[in-house]
Formats: sequence, C-alpha cells, structure tokens
Amino acid sequence: MVRGIAVTGLAVLLITNILEMNGINFFKVDVKGMMVFDNFGLLFNAIAFASTLVFFLLSGRDIEKVGMHVADYCALIFFVLCGVAIASSFNTLLMLFLGIEIISIPLYILTGADKRNLKSNEASLKYFLMGCFSTGLMLMGITLIYGVKGSFNMDVIGMGNGELTPMLAAGLLLLLFSMAFKVSAAPFHFWTPDVYDGAPTVFTSFMATVVKAAGFIAFIRLFKNSLGSMQSEWQLMVAIITAATLFIGNITAVFQQSVKRMLAYSSIAQAGFMMFAIVALNETAFEGLIFYAAAYSLATIGIFAILIKMKDYTFEGFNGLAKHQPVLAATNTIFLLSLAGIPATAGFWAKFYMLAAAVRAGHVLWLVILGVLCAAISVYYYFRVIQAMYFKDGDAQEMDATPAFKGVLIGIAAVVVLLGIFPEWLIDKLYYFF
Amino acid sequence: MMPVLLIVIPLLSGLIAFLVKQEKSVKSWALLSSIVSLVISVMALTTKNDSWLHYNLPWLPELGSSFNVGLDGMGKVLCLLTGISFPVIFIATWNNSYRKPNNFFALMLLSQAGLMGVFVAMDALLFYFFWELALIPVYFLCSQWGGERRIPVTFKFFIYTFVGSLLMLVAIIFLYFQTPDKSFSIDSFYAVAQMSPGTQAWLFVLLFLAFAIKMPIFPFHTWQPDTYEQSPTAVTMVLSAVMVKMGVFGILRWLVPVLPTASFQFGDNPATLCVVGMLYASFVAMQQDDLKRLFAYSSIAHMGLMGLAIFVPSNMGMQGVMIQMFNHGINILGLWIVVELIERQMGTRKMSELGGLAQKAPVLGILLVVLALANVALPLTNAFIGEFLMFAGVFTSLASKYHYIFAVVGAISIILSAVYTFNMIQKVFFGNTNSLTAGARDIRLNEKLVLSALVVMIIAIGVYPKPLLEITQGAVDTLISKMMIKNP
Repeated sequence: MVRGIAVTGLAVLLITNILEMNGINFFKVDVKGMMVFDNFGLLFNAIAFASTLVFFLLSGRDIEKVGMHVADYCALIFFVLCGVAIASSFNTLLMLFLGIEIISIPLYILTGADKRNLKSNEASLKYFLMGCFSTGLMLMGITLIYGVKGSFNMDVIGMGNGELTPMLAAGLLLLLFSMAFKVSAAPFHFWTPDVYDGAPTVFTSFMATVVKAAGFIAFIRLFKNSLGSMQSEWQLMVAIITAATLFIGNITAVFQQSVKRMLAYSSIAQAGFMMFAIVALNETAFEGLIFYAAAYSLATIGIFAILIKMKDYTFEGFNGLAKHQPVLAATNTIFLLSLAGIPATAGFWAKFYMLAAAVRAGHVLWLVILGVLCAAISVYYYFRVIQAMYFKDGDAQEMDATPAFKGVLIGIAAVVVLLGIFPEWLIDKLYYFF
Repeated sequence: MMPVLLIVIPLLSGLIAFLVKQEKSVKSWALLSSIVSLVISVMALTTKNDSWLHYNLPWLPELGSSFNVGLDGMGKVLCLLTGISFPVIFIATWNNSYRKPNNFFALMLLSQAGLMGVFVAMDALLFYFFWELALIPVYFLCSQWGGERRIPVTFKFFIYTFVGSLLMLVAIIFLYFQTPDKSFSIDSFYAVAQMSPGTQAWLFVLLFLAFAIKMPIFPFHTWQPDTYEQSPTAVTMVLSAVMVKMGVFGILRWLVPVLPTASFQFGDNPATLCVVGMLYASFVAMQQDDLKRLFAYSSIAHMGLMGLAIFVPSNMGMQGVMIQMFNHGINILGLWIVVELIERQMGTRKMSELGGLAQKAPVLGILLVVLALANVALPLTNAFIGEFLMFAGVFTSLASKYHYIFAVVGAISIILSAVYTFNMIQKVFFGNTNSLTAGARDIRLNEKLVLSALVVMIIAIGVYPKPLLEITQGAVDTLISKMMIKNP
C-alpha cells in the first residue's frame, strides 16, 4: 500500500511539474528572488520525478525487503526529491546549501537502512562523516564569497569584473571542492565505492542516478549563474578534475569483480563525462547535461533493477542469463549499450553533447581526446556483462521477475532507444513547451 | 528513394527474421531479402532518373543533421558490391547449420543494413551512426557463432575499431563547428574554409586512424588475422569483402576531400605505412599454414595497395582504387567460399594436412585456380585492371617525391603474392592425395553456381571493364578536382 501511495504521489508531482512548465500554477509563493523556476530547473525536476517514478515501479517491492520501516524509506526518498527541487532552482547560495543538505541527510539514513549488515552501517557512517565535512567546506566557501560580494544572491555575485581576489579564489575553490565531493569527482570520490557498495542495492540505484544528476544540476547552476564570468580562471582546474575522474573511474572499474562495485566506479566515470558540461559552460553543455541526466538515470535504474533480482552480484552470476531470462538480458543489453555510448541509444547523444560542448569551448581538446579514449575503455567492463549473459553458460536462477516488472523494463528500454533516434524531443523541451 | 530502400529492406527483414524460428524458412527469407536488395542496387546503377538516387528527410534540425542519403558513382559501385555479396554468401553457405538460425540471419541482415547506410550517407553524423551500427551485429555474430577463442578476439576487434570510431567522432564534431552553416551535411563539410596547418594535421591524424584501423593498414592491422580466423566463415566474408571497404570509402569520401591540404602534405606517411604493410603482410602470408590466416594477410596487402594509390594520388590511380574496391570484394568472396568448402569437407584448414584435392574435386580445382590467378592480378582478371591502374597512377603521380620508390617497392608485393598463392594451390590442390583428402567429393550444385558466377564476373570485368570505369569516372573527377583545387 505504501508503494501505491508513493507511485500516486509521484505521478501527481510529475503532472503538476509539467503543468508548471506550461505556466499553470496552483499556488503563488513569493520566494523573494531566492529561487527562480526557469525551464532548465523545471525540466530537470520533471526528469528526476520521472526517474524516481520508474524507480518505484521497478524496485518498489525490493524496498520492502530492506527492512521493517518501509514507509520511512519511501518518505525519506520524497524528502530527497524535495531537496532536488530546491537544488535545481536556487538563486541564492543559502538555498543551494539547503537543497544539498536536504538531499544528503535522508541519504545518510537510507545508506544505513540495512541495520543488520555491518557494511551498511559502515557505509552510512562513512557517508555521514565525510558528507558533513564537505558541507562544512561548502559553508566556509559561501561565507568567504559573502565576505567579498556582500550578498548571497547569485545575480549579485555574478556581477563584477571577473577579478579574482585571494578571498574570492579561496571561496571559489572551497565551493568547487565540496560540490565535487557531492558528485563524486576525483580526487573527492573515495567515499563513493564503499558507500554505494555498502548501501542496500535499491538505494544505491537511487543514489547513483537521481541524486548524482541533481548534484550536477546544482553544480552547473552555481557556476553558470554566478561564477561564469571568471571561467578563464577556474576552467583548467575543473578540466584537470574531469580528467582525473575519467581516468580513475574507468581504470578502476576495469578491475572489479563485482558488478555492483563496477557500477559504482562506472558512476564515477559517468560523472567524469558530466563534468565536461562544467568545463564548457555553453548552450550545448546545458542541453547536454539535461539529456545526460535523463539517459544515464534511466539506463542505470534499469540495470540496478535487474541487478537487485540477481542472487550473485559477480560477473559470473550473470552467466547464461540470456537463455533463461531473454527479456531481462535484452533490456539489460540495451541499458549497457546506452551507458557505453553506442549510437541508436540515448547514451550516445549524451556523450555526443558533452564532447560537442567541450569542442565548442575550445581550449580543452586534450580533454576531449582523453574522454573519448576513456569511453572506449568503458566498453570493456560494460561488455563483460553482455558477454556473460549471452556467450557463457550458467545455471538457471530463481528470479522473481513479474510480468509487470518486465513490462516496465521493456518500456524503459524503448524510451532509451527512441531517445537514441530522436534526441531533440527532449532537448526541445528546454526551449519550447509541450 | 533507392538509398532508403537499400537500408530499410535489410533492416526490416532482419527484424522480422528474429521471429522466424524454422531453419529452412529463415534461410529462404534471408536469401529473398538479399536478392531484392541486389535488384535495387542494380537498378540504382542503371537508372537515368537522378531524383531516385537522393533522399533528404529532416532529422535533427536544431543540431543541423538530416537523414540525407544519396548515391554517387562510388556509392553505386559499393552498394552493388554489398548487394552481390550477401546473396552469394547465403547461397554458398546454404548447407551450413547454425544454432538459433533466426538470430544468425537476422544479425546478418542487420549488418547489411548498416553497411548500406555507410555507403549512402551524405551527412557526417548519419555516417557515424551507420558506421557503428554496422559493427554491433558483427560483434554478436562473431562472439556467438565463432571459433574457440572467439570471445577475447572479437572483444579486441570491437574495442580497437571503437577507439578509431570515437576519434573520428571528435574530428567530425570539430569540423561541424567549422562549417559555415553549422551543419553535418557533406556539402557543408566540403565547404569548410582552410584551417591552420596544425589543426588540419591533427584532424587528419584522427580521421586517418579511424579508417586505417578499419582497412586495416599496418601497424593497425593486428586485430584482423585473429578476427578473420575466429569468425564463422559467412561473417568473415562480410568482414573482408564489404566491411574493410568502409575504410577505403571513408578516406575517399570524408578524409581526402575535406582535408586536401593535409592529405597532400602528409600523404607520404600513410603511403609509407601502406607500402611497409604490403611487404610485411606478404612475407607473413608466405609463412602461413592456415588458409584463413593466409588470405587474411593477403587482404592486408591488397588494401595496402589501395591506400598507397589514394595517398599518392592521380586520376588513373583513383580509378584503379574505385574499381579495385569492387574487384577485391568479389575475389576475396570466392576465395573464402573455397576455404569454407574445404573446411567443411576436410575438417581442417591447414595446408600441410591437405593435398591433391584437384584429383577428387576437379571443378573446385578449376574455379579455385581462376580465383587465385585473380588474387595475383594476372591479366584477363579483374584485379589486373585495378592493380595496373593503381601502379601506373602511383608511378606517374606528381604528388609525391618518392612515387617511383613506392611503386617499385609495392610491385615487389605482387611477386610475393604470386609466391604464396601458387604455393597454396600447389600444396592444397596438386600433388598427391593423402589419407584425409582421399575421401573428398566434388562440390555441390549451389556452390558450383555461385563460384562460377564469380569467376564469370572476374573474367568479364577483366576483359571489358569499361562500364564499371564509366560509372565511377564522375566520382573520381570530383575527387581529384577537390584535391587539386586547394593545392599549389
């Protein structure tokens, strides 16, 4: 019953958000300029709500298996969505802080939801401690910027002649580092594998997709609106962070033996690709980031949904899946191809937009080549799963995959392929209403 | 409309083939579909109505990419090659039995759709799309139905080619931002203004790497012998007859006309690699015992010659490349069919274990000798026309200082190809039969038909190549003019 309420609630959320995008609103709240509900933020909200809806449809039953307090878990996920909505539409640094915190705190609890599992408790504590530390850094950065500019408001901060005083530089760096922590960019990514691996897989699915995407939207909003004028100063640093993230994420994912940990490192690698948008900060980058959020979330939620049903999380556990569960194997293949960036899937356009944004920005062509080589490396670990499923033999497993589950998976796979052939359907929503 | 049909027919019949579980039915279905595609590609060759050869549909207006497909002389010849190859492959391997035949034939048809798409795409993004889409079915085909070491070998093949394609994507995106009207269409790419030599240089490297890996050109060839060996023979036929032509086609359509100055300036480097590759591959081919690996290395040598003729360009040489793309496809198809027949009957591909087959299978022997002579480019065979034009072109070209050296050293590989080819014939077909080959039978009717058809084509084109040369003349002239316009 909790699931039903959750799904209904999300549907209502999604519909009201779409109505809001068309200009129809039910309430008028005077936010005093602290939040601005532009198409960029609203479209991302729609994507986040839709992804969470898919998440509930696919993995709702598995949430019930985590522990006793199912209603609490679902409520916490909704609180996270509240934070997501704030983080996508903020116009003042205080709202950014609020949004990021409201996202993070329920996640600390969700990570430790499996109370009898030592790894879950460890992951939760690790996440909590490191998260608090990075929040402290963020606050310090905000304070320093306030000290220089005299206001928390992003428009005020964005004004100015782009001159970088030491205090401003310090504040900027602290903000950059704390945001990089939240989106698990190297070298601030060390918490990610342990936390994602220790958390119950259902919640890893949510964390690795919606939360990471929300982090990136907040990241790009922050840098676009306020610090864009100083881009020449920090572009190289962000580019180096991107390069490190791509490299570390892809290389370590190659050596993993557990699919769950591989997906954790692969989410770091994908974060590296999304960082391209921060490096570039142009039109193509914004369009691309929205698209990447959608493509990546859908594909990853799909893969995790299938992973949760498996008993054995290693690559060998997937052996022979194509013979026993052809629908699951086929949809899993489409999701993996999308993550790898093969054309005719949404993931290709996501990577394409990121590369195009970086090429358009100009000075970071070395980063583009590195990104492309890392994308080729990522093919290795994604295809290992495909190979296990199709080309190796394994025993049949008891999997409780209901027809409804398979139906939703087929629907998501169809959306991934359709977006792969007609990407502009989604991108246009940034500019035109329905 | 025709280019669209060439893509859509194999695509739809491939998707439908997934559902046809009966082995006989799906084989007939695949054959029927490939014959329809052949008919359309022949019609495209002979039609006078130019509007049927182009089709433009808006696809991604914001981005500047449209579903723009068209057939010029070069495209027609390559679509004809693809159109001929698939029915030939299906007929020749008719008696093979595959596990899950519906998947096998569906994937073969899907790969045909991808290959046709590459040859007709007039839009850079569409070209990239089809370039990758041709690869995916081949990956599944090789991994599912291949030899013992198929999984790691196909993986290497896929990743190697994928790296090349991604580098090409970067170059395409960069060129897109340089076009005057922010579009991916081929005319916009040709209209890109002169860029600085440094920029042209690294763009040339990126694009060249992608095509060099595909052709393959030494030293990017290491994926090829293993992949050809481990794939099921039907897939090897597709790979070597049609897919490697994607590399040559890519250079002719998307590299040389777009970056003519860089191609002229740096032309010697790829040419050197090609010549080295020709010699290297020929020497290695002489050492081979396995028939599949022998012809794999022989292919590298032939493709090397095509690369040489492109980068030491001349009108004659380009004509030679165009016609040789078709010729090599036909010849190598015939040779792979023979390998397949031998392997199926004898159970081995090793030359040391075979011998005296001509005594037991005379028809096969006759057909093979003609095919082998074509491989060596003896006059009266189609390959002679192509190779003569290419060598004459390289020898008389004004584009490079070293053209004499390239031509002479390259010609040595012809002699070497005679060595390993005749060695192969001698070991496998002539001499005495041994215990294994004593029980050989001659080939069946369908196999005779297919091989005879190929032999007829070889001799016909070898004696009267004019129709084929005329079709590609237009494309050659356009290409040469683009290369010379921006050159001093």
